[in-house]
Amino acid sequence: MNDYEKLSLEILRSTPAGAAMLADRPASPERRRFLQMLSGGLLIGVTLNTSLLRADAEEAATVGPRRPRNELPKDFNAFLHIAEDGKITGYTGKIEMGQGINTSLAQMLAEELDAPYDTVRMVAGDTDLCPWDAGTWGSMTTRFFGPPFRAAAAEAKAVLVLLAAEALGVPADQLITRDGAVLVRGDESRRVAYGALTKGQRIERHLEVKPTLKDVAAFKIVGKPQLRRDARDKVTGRAHYTGDVRLPGMLYAKVLRPPVHGAKLTSADTTRAKAAAGVRVIEQDGLVAVLHATPDGAEEALALVKAQWELPPASTLTEDTIHDHLDATIKDAKVVDSGGDLAAGRAATKRVIETTFLDGYVAHVCMETHAALAQIEGDKLTVWASTQNPFGVRDMLARTVGFPPEKVRVITPFVGGGFGGKTSNGQCAEAARLARAAGVPVQVMRSREEEFFLDTFRPAAKIKIASGIDDAGAMTFWDYEVIAAGERGSAQFYSVPHHRTVARPSGWTGPAGSHPFATGAWRAPANNTNTFARESQIDIMAAAAGMDPIEFRLKNMTDARMLRTLRAAADAWGWKPAPAPSRRGLGVACGADAGTYVAAIAEVEVDKATGAVKVKRVLVAQDMGVVINPQGTLIQLEGCVMMGLGYALSEEMHFKGGEILDTNFNRYAIPRFSQVPKIEGVLLDHNDLPPQGGGEPAIILMGGLIANAIHDATGARLLRMPMTPARVKAALPRA
Amino acid sequence: MPEKLSFTLNGQPVSVEVDGDRKLLWVLRTDLALTGTKYSCGKGLCGTCTVLVDNVPQRSCMLRAGSVRGKEVTTIEGFEKDGELHPLQKAFIDHDALQCGFCTPGMILTAHGVLRRNPAATREQIVQGMERNLCRCGAHPRILDAIEQARDTLAGKPTAPAR
Ligand code: FES
Ligand code: FES
Repeated sequence: MNDYEKLSLEILRSTPAGAAMLADRPASPERRRFLQMLSGGLLIGVTLNTSLLRADAEEAATVGPRRPRNELPKDFNAFLHIAEDGKITGYTGKIEMGQGINTSLAQMLAEELDAPYDTVRMVAGDTDLCPWDAGTWGSMTTRFFGPPFRAAAAEAKAVLVLLAAEALGVPADQLITRDGAVLVRGDESRRVAYGALTKGQRIERHLEVKPTLKDVAAFKIVGKPQLRRDARDKVTGRAHYTGDVRLPGMLYAKVLRPPVHGAKLTSADTTRAKAAAGVRVIEQDGLVAVLHATPDGAEEALALVKAQWELPPASTLTEDTIHDHLDATIKDAKVVDSGGDLAAGRAATKRVIETTFLDGYVAHVCMETHAALAQIEGDKLTVWASTQNPFGVRDMLARTVGFPPEKVRVITPFVGGGFGGKTSNGQCAEAARLARAAGVPVQVMRSREEEFFLDTFRPAAKIKIASGIDDAGAMTFWDYEVIAAGERGSAQFYSVPHHRTVARPSGWTGPAGSHPFATGAWRAPANNTNTFARESQIDIMAAAAGMDPIEFRLKNMTDARMLRTLRAAADAWGWKPAPAPSRRGLGVACGADAGTYVAAIAEVEVDKATGAVKVKRVLVAQDMGVVINPQGTLIQLEGCVMMGLGYALSEEMHFKGGEILDTNFNRYAIPRFSQVPKIEGVLLDHNDLPPQGGGEPAIILMGGLIANAIHDATGARLLRMPMTPARVKAALPRA
Repeated sequence: MPEKLSFTLNGQPVSVEVDGDRKLLWVLRTDLALTGTKYSCGKGLCGTCTVLVDNVPQRSCMLRAGSVRGKEVTTIEGFEKDGELHPLQKAFIDHDALQCGFCTPGMILTAHGVLRRNPAATREQIVQGMERNLCRCGAHPRILDAIEQARDTLAGKPTAPAR
């Protein structure tokens, strides 16, 4: 039996039923039994996990520790490794949560190295193996990790050419690179493969003057659509998420949670839980958890714990009263942007339009709930985590659990969705503390109810806008104040002579006493709310001016990139101008996020009897500079449209003070198959601009887009998200 | 109370010593280390935990383990036959019908049920059949395309190219 099989057996033995199953047939040789199970699909999970980890660990051992802390390393070896057989591994501190970076980064690496795409694989989010990274958010992988990653590859390639020059006895300027090898120009039979040059070792030579990156025009791999590389593992169940990692002797933990936010634990009677078979109870500085060899066993045992809570004072705050509360409690203001003389602009305007927009709390709802598995071996802590920022988790664990950072390793398996929600990582500290207390590996995986309760919601918000137009339909002033959403996406890009944008506060968490529970970054933070308000107000002005909404926008815009993006959307749609409400149900919105410009047109149908809105078609034009993987980009765009339907139409957390009322999918409605519209993406050519973000931009449009389309269909102006059937119905003009 | 529970799992006979009242999801994931079957809601509301019991999709988070005694259970790990991907699995790859992939096993096994009940299901009927399965990444349009391709492949029809 080889190591890999032994370890798998060990793991199997460590599960209650596995042990029973093996004990059941003492006569059959373990190996045969084991192989039988393998062929039946059993154990694939555990064996793959451990074997992959070993391969990576071995590689780490040969390549050696090489990562300085909390900044990107200067040495290109930190980003890539070329094995003797020519296989190339790229390392990134980013994580794969569905956005497809394992594919797009492999494209970049192969391109810059002149290596076959198939020989490149990525290792992501392992703090012992990968270069430091702040976190995977803000659509920044391509924009900010891409350039140093490509630069590392370019330098490695240039050094390989120098090494080849010596090996072949040919001046470097007579050498070319192709398909993972260095060749002599004009005599291509003389060649040496990269792997033969590196022999799998780190490359010691470096360049003083760094080579320039490849020109877009020379790209052969970047810019070509690629299917996801992880698809096969994901359709066969072989892809591992944190909750799928199994370690010998591990226990599953369930943590005691308060009934409402703000409650304090006064006592916990754990007698009955302790008496239950196979249960261990850990009580430590306010953390009360039960551990069991199965997650369902732990859950049952938790129900036996009798806890007393000191509840916070009763609160009347609900999703309906929160906006005024936020307005009253958040004072800290920041002027994001201003120009001209607002008071003079306003005084000179005859048509002033004042509107207040509202947004509710929106949950992240990743299909994979937060999970972590912690293991302590000697003085080393290893945590597998579903997180968007493994290095942040490492540092947080070092601070809170007391291991020095170099003794903490965070490994990020596939992450089942993040959207900003997995930048809060409480489950990792819980797992680590419990593993230390219990002396065995411990997994914490949140239930869906915990996931809703502990979410860092997209903040509810209020936006007040006063703006004006002159008789010719030109904007005269713009006075914008956003409360609680955050400033991202609030700065005005339409041309208006007198304007001011104020954010209270500038970030998406408020001061104590404002939000009744935690808030945080949610896919394109703040921008969804700001774009909803701005694009609605623009539409209100267009209608007041009696102008077609696209014409009005074009008239009030000088930003060449935005003009081009909006025109591209109108052309691709086949837009026929008409002032709203035209009864066609067509809406328009544009915006910018993560360096990318987007403009969209949509068609909706409104059921006047119920107020239900059906979005039938959405077209998004997107200018994101150089496109790395057009296929991946379109998929992100479609995902943005689908996810955006949720916050626009149905998603809103109901609550009473610190009590979260929607804790599962029966009450909190995320988009479903019956809502799928026809989705078209138009990617603009813009190759003299470096690649910009793609994971978030299109989602920012969905609120304003749908609000404007509802108005065009019915004349009803929706000022509050989500635009639920009841709210749409209430807004319909009386017949 | 633990009892001996025998059933067929991915084509192989298995017996486990478990309390029959436990949910099949946890027995699969923990006791049998088959982690392709995912937990997401635990209340029968999302479909990520779907497995086939006697070829019919069931939500394993709602299913007593004891109820599969003597039956045939297929998880995503057993959906591939002799190293050959099922046409649904192939179609999901061809169409990039996934992002984070967490909903994927449940989507594929639910789709199998939809096409088994109605091999000529229209797109609309597929939508209806998949309506109770949730995906947060918004892979929906491509999942529908993939199921349509698999439907055509299974019917021996040439398939439309992936978008
Ligand atoms: S986990 Fe079973 S339906 Fe959601
Ligand atoms: S692909 Fe992520 S939930 Fe469906």
